[in-house]
Amino acid sequence: MNDAPNTGPAIEFRNVGYRLNNGTTLLRDLNLEVRRGETLVLLGRSGSGKTTTLKLINRLLTQSAGTILVDGRSLEKWDVIRLRRMIGYVIQEVGLFPHFTVSRNIGVVPRIEGWSADRIQRRVTELLRLVGLEPQLASRYPRELSGGQRQRVGVARALAADPSFLLMDEPFGALDPITRAELQREFLALQQRLGKTVVFVTHDLREALLLGTRVALMESGQLVVTLTPDEFVHSTDAMVAAYVDAFRTELSRPKEEAR
Amino acid sequence: MNVLQFIIQNHIEVLDLTAEHLWLVGASITLAVFIGIPLGILITRWPVLSKPVLGGANIIQTVPSLALFGFLLPAPWIGARADRIAIFALILYALLPLIRNTYTGIRGVDPAVVEAGRGMGMTDSQLLWQVELPLAFSVIIAGVRVATVLSIGLATIAAAIGAGGLGEFIFRGLAMVNNQVILAGAIPAAALAILADTSLGWLEKRLSPR
Repeated sequence: MNDAPNTGPAIEFRNVGYRLNNGTTLLRDLNLEVRRGETLVLLGRSGSGKTTTLKLINRLLTQSAGTILVDGRSLEKWDVIRLRRMIGYVIQEVGLFPHFTVSRNIGVVPRIEGWSADRIQRRVTELLRLVGLEPQLASRYPRELSGGQRQRVGVARALAADPSFLLMDEPFGALDPITRAELQREFLALQQRLGKTVVFVTHDLREALLLGTRVALMESGQLVVTLTPDEFVHSTDAMVAAYVDAFRTELSRPKEEAR
Repeated sequence: MNVLQFIIQNHIEVLDLTAEHLWLVGASITLAVFIGIPLGILITRWPVLSKPVLGGANIIQTVPSLALFGFLLPAPWIGARADRIAIFALILYALLPLIRNTYTGIRGVDPAVVEAGRGMGMTDSQLLWQVELPLAFSVIIAGVRVATVLSIGLATIAAAIGAGGLGEFIFRGLAMVNNQVILAGAIPAAALAILADTSLGWLEKRLSPR
């Protein structure tokens, strides 16, 4: 479609602002680059604007100021449906279609893209394996799955049409710690193989440091800083240090209680 | 002479009036479904319209049926035939449950599911046909059920303007002060209502998504 994209950033925010109709500002003057093939983690508290930022990328929300470029092209120039189909989207609530089987859920985008039934079938089997699920699960309904299985199906569904981008909004947030750790490890392995451009939203510092190529810390609708995980833990920035401190306190608490 | 004997003796008239009754209800519900469900969908897309549309349907519902039949007598085309008046009035009454249930059924679909669909790049009509309508189906059918049972009852009043139906017996029985004649209209009407309710309930169960 475009010759320029392979050199520039995959996604770029230029002075982006987002305001609600009632005048509340959720994002202000955001400048951010997502590099091709990296996992950029948006880290921040509830209400810091990280989910808003994510939804601006696939135009579930539209910015009130500034420009967002995907593949070097301004979002307004994209056909919104085409844009969304090349961006996989995974949310915490998963949002599987309860009246579709696992197989039909995964095949949603291929189906509306007009793939043949055969090809969809093969793709579904391939994806189930890729996310570590038994192919026999294909005929189950979402309510017959565990939380971890559901989220795996959610990831498989997002990957179905082989999008170059993946937006993930606290995808592992509702899972128990053990399943979460399992899915995080699998995500890392998967990402190593697939090399998608991923924007990952979380409020969990540990998850951010584990999964992120870079971590963008957000606070009150503004980007504080973007650092690699290594730089992040050693940063002297007050806000970053506060975040790391809070996390350390959380870790040390069980020991004190164990006395 | 008891009611059963009366019905058996007059079975041809009972059947005729039942057929008329079914025609009034069937025609009005069919048309009302084609008006009410799209309207219900429309107001989920333009929420600004939801208040006036639901409010309007609500107001119609408060007009006494006998009065509404009367109001329609001088209406052009519709007023020319009694069954047109009856069908038109029954459509108006059926709209509220149909619009309201379609609206609340679609609005009640898990927002995460809708957001996931939108985020994946489903068009509005794909979202509507593949996700929202199937998931709202049982609520919409429940609306059809309510509207049908309501219409079967209301259609008896249509006899007052000469539209026929089982109300004929009821009004005749009232004039003759004869309970058996009244019941000859009321019992088949009640049976129709129960039959419609159970069969639509069965359909609701059969076709609901799991």
